[in-house]
Amino acid sequence: MSVVIVQLFASYAELVGRTTITVPLTDGDRVSDLLRNLRSVPLASALPESPRVAVNHAFAAGSTRLHPGDEIALIPPVAGG
Amino acid sequence: MSRSALVDRPIDPAALIDEISSPGCGAVSLFLGTVRDTNEGEPVTGIDYTAYRAMAEAELAKIVDEAMRRFGGVAVVVEHRIGTLALGEISVAIVAAHAHRAAALDGVRYVIEELKRRVPIWKLEHYADGTRAWVDPTTAHRPRVSAYQ
Repeated sequence: MSVVIVQLFASYAELVGRTTITVPLTDGDRVSDLLRNLRSVPLASALPESPRVAVNHAFAAGSTRLHPGDEIALIPPVAGG
Repeated sequence: MSRSALVDRPIDPAALIDEISSPGCGAVSLFLGTVRDTNEGEPVTGIDYTAYRAMAEAELAKIVDEAMRRFGGVAVVVEHRIGTLALGEISVAIVAAHAHRAAALDGVRYVIEELKRRVPIWKLEHYADGTRAWVDPTTAHRPRVSAYQ
């Protein structure tokens, strides 16, 4: 078991009060595992249950496998334009 | 020839038109997004735009590339501004140029619709009563929050 640092932005950063959150992760885990593990992190209790996840600057499906060094972020509903 | 960028300074639409126009283009289409003075009936005084910059730039570049492939190689330049904007200021400008009008018009429409759906940029609206709220297009209700530091 290791951990991964997940970036937070906008409303999610405000809900948690920080711009990053540390989540437990095991080798071979997928995005869906990350979201499940996120629920065990007390700081994350204010976040929605299934936020959109980006891995290495692209939206990632639940089945996406995570690797050491991946840049992971939770993406609140976007509102550009 | 096509280009996309997040910028921290005012957007100059005329410069973007000059940049993307060419003698072979008989059609140049421009879309501007500006800061509106109300949202859902609330008087708005300004908007802070923030972004997940690396991803927003990557996603914008992908969208421009898709537009080129979908609409006959249309040339596109898009700039989205980040930072605090006053009423009426330009938040986004998209210019598309092509030999013919259909691709230029379709290209602009495609880029703004996909940008609003996929590019990680967020708005913190400032209201006349001093409160602020993150705009969430997925819900009509936006709980008020204190100023984001």
